Amino acid sequence: MSNNEPVKSTGLHIGDAKPGVAKKDPILVADHVTRSFGGLTAVDVEHLEVPRGAITALIGPNGAGKTTFFNLLTGFDTPNTGEMHFDGKSVRGMRSHQIAKLGQVRTFQLTKALSLLTVLENMKLGAGNQLGEGILKSLIPSIWRKQEAEIEERAIELLNRFKLSEKKDDFAASLSGGQRKLLEMARALMTNPSLVMLDEPMAGVNPALTESLLGHVLDLKKEGMTVLFVEHDMHMVRHIADWVVVMAEGKIVAEGPPDSVMEEQAVIDAYLGSHQETDLGVVTGRVDASEGGEKQ
Amino acid sequence: MTPVIEVKNLLAGYLPGVNILNGANLYANKGELIGIIGPNGAGKSTLLKAIFGLVNVRDGSISLNGEDITGLKANKLVAKGVGFVPQNNNVFPSLTIEENLQMGIYQDPSHFDQRLEFVVDIFGELGKRLKQRAGSLSGGERQMVAMGRALMMDPQVLLLDEPSAGLSPVRQDEAFIRVSDINKAGVTTIMVEQNARRCLQISDRGYVLDQGVDAVEGSGRELMDDPKVVELYLGSLGA
Repeated sequence: MSNNEPVKSTGLHIGDAKPGVAKKDPILVADHVTRSFGGLTAVDVEHLEVPRGAITALIGPNGAGKTTFFNLLTGFDTPNTGEMHFDGKSVRGMRSHQIAKLGQVRTFQLTKALSLLTVLENMKLGAGNQLGEGILKSLIPSIWRKQEAEIEERAIELLNRFKLSEKKDDFAASLSGGQRKLLEMARALMTNPSLVMLDEPMAGVNPALTESLLGHVLDLKKEGMTVLFVEHDMHMVRHIADWVVVMAEGKIVAEGPPDSVMEEQAVIDAYLGSHQETDLGVVTGRVDASEGGEKQ
Repeated sequence: MTPVIEVKNLLAGYLPGVNILNGANLYANKGELIGIIGPNGAGKSTLLKAIFGLVNVRDGSISLNGEDITGLKANKLVAKGVGFVPQNNNVFPSLTIEENLQMGIYQDPSHFDQRLEFVVDIFGELGKRLKQRAGSLSGGERQMVAMGRALMMDPQVLLLDEPSAGLSPVRQDEAFIRVSDINKAGVTTIMVEQNARRCLQISDRGYVLDQGVDAVEGSGRELMDDPKVVELYLGSLGA
């Protein structure tokens, strides 16, 4: 993978890349979305459009409101004001499962696997519109047997793709942190979503596994899905994101393609810091500048 | 020279019959900054917890300045000069910064003022906000309170479990610079990190832990340049 650089989507926006810029084909649009907790305004987004078929990264300092904004978009929390449209349809006031049915699914920063179900059972739960739901219908296998087999087939196909198939009969509790991240992502795909939202997919995953996770995210885009993800790992953001949205103190403060956004002084000051490209061994005076620095 | 900390052939785990550490070895000389990296589930945090008496050691030994400390409980270890900063939930949120620091030196309260000076010298911003509740602090600030508290007992060795976890890039860099400052102030430091590159950049020596064993050992620079370490643990993305 390291040899073939991902193909970036460009020309996503109309006009200058600034906060709230219009996109050619937005899949998700948020307007005047606010959410306060007591006196604290956690989210105050004037306008945001997420481009369809591209990978958008949402970055920003701790406490900027990224996860709260995610919760609002996915129906896990309700905004105080504002409108949100997914695929042209208003999702304000909808519950999380209704939004998921429309094709907008998410994962969580701290994985939420059902630990005493097996990996395969976790996957099968992810599928929607199951005919066997309801006490009466569940008693008549002929109603759901065919669908059940299809769901299982899809689950196994996805587990193969995420290299989890050997674990399919293990309890989800026995998976390592990185494997749970993979399971979350695989389960989200059970619904055939059009927008996948990932909350810190790389947090707590070791660098070597990161690359295969990145490959999976890039595959989603190849298959025509839109990806919106929150992440602190700037190498990942630079590597795969087509578009970057920067949040600070609840507001969108910058938007644009990764390379230009990350050069904006406000973004460097608030988030990236001035040591991004330098060796901390040099910064702290532990090694000579001549010795370090060449690797980073 | 006797190392400050020496771990020999350590076997340890949580569940009966399942070892997380399978014969891990490690030493830290006085004044060294040691970085431990490795894949998820390699036993990095378990190694720190075992040194700090939070996990039962099944075999092997741990010594502090040549004295056997295997199996000693955490409070005894703190009194002997071992400090530990856990990864999560490492401050008392309802207590103020000052009270959190007092908790760090409850075994020796008469030296509070003297040690406070040392901690505030490294973490200047904490000194200005001693009366603020720790629960109202950001992730990066909490990490500093937790490190400050562990430094109150004037430890000979400080064990840090992922000091950069969950912090934004600029805060991560800050945390690493502080760790380096603490070490420069004379505290032998052993740090476990997921941000392997940053960790190795400031480490004097590093260990790659894999499946509960110390798989590779070398200076921070050697590990960063070792193609096998890059392939298996660092990934090529950051280079």
